Amino acid sequence: MHFISVQEADFDIAHEYAELRKDNRSDGAVVFFTGLVREMSQGDSVSGMSLEHYPGMTEKALQQIVEDACERWPLHRVRLIHRVGTLRVSDQIVFVGVSAAHREAAFAACHFIMDFLKNRAPFWKKEVTPAGERWVDAQEKDLRALEKWQK
Amino acid sequence: MNILFFAALREHLGCDQYSLDIPLPSDIRSVRAALIRVFPRHATLLTEGKTLAAVNQTLVQDTHVVNAGDEVAFFPPVTGG
Repeated sequence: MHFISVQEADFDIAHEYAELRKDNRSDGAVVFFTGLVREMSQGDSVSGMSLEHYPGMTEKALQQIVEDACERWPLHRVRLIHRVGTLRVSDQIVFVGVSAAHREAAFAACHFIMDFLKNRAPFWKKEVTPAGERWVDAQEKDLRALEKWQK
Repeated sequence: MNILFFAALREHLGCDQYSLDIPLPSDIRSVRAALIRVFPRHATLLTEGKTLAAVNQTLVQDTHVVNAGDEVAFFPPVTGG
């Protein structure tokens, strides 16, 4: 039972956690990650950002990442939310929540989903700085992060 | 063939899509070469590695062959999360 959403609206962690636990008697572990907008980026202050995506492909890419995680670990529930549109400093950007019988699978799958989302899901950040707007460059470290998941 | 552009690439090229005159089937490498002929000022930006390609909403390598009716998109490396 998975839930994937690409949305402008904010999300509520308490609600997401409740959904992962609701009528759930089989799972002993819930792990979640949230990504937030930071005030500093590459040495510059950031007042906000806009997030663009490729409608259609985004949902398809996220679905594939969740399916890949489920093939690798015995996950029971995955909830994945990514916001698009205009965001301010400290706003929530992304939520990944995973429930499983045991913590090892939940920790690993949550990490795996974020690492692949960073490299495969078609989102692009444009930051607002005092010098104007600028597109965020993809980082080599995000690509290298995938190496640890090679079987 | 209609090609979609996103993010910084869309802004650099000044359009969110372009109707490219190219015989099909063609591989992505040939599509890139044809795009560079149309947008020579952005040749570097359009090279493999600087710009990713998706066919039917799935990331593909430059050897992937595009057929008539496929949805083709080019965009910069992604920066979500």
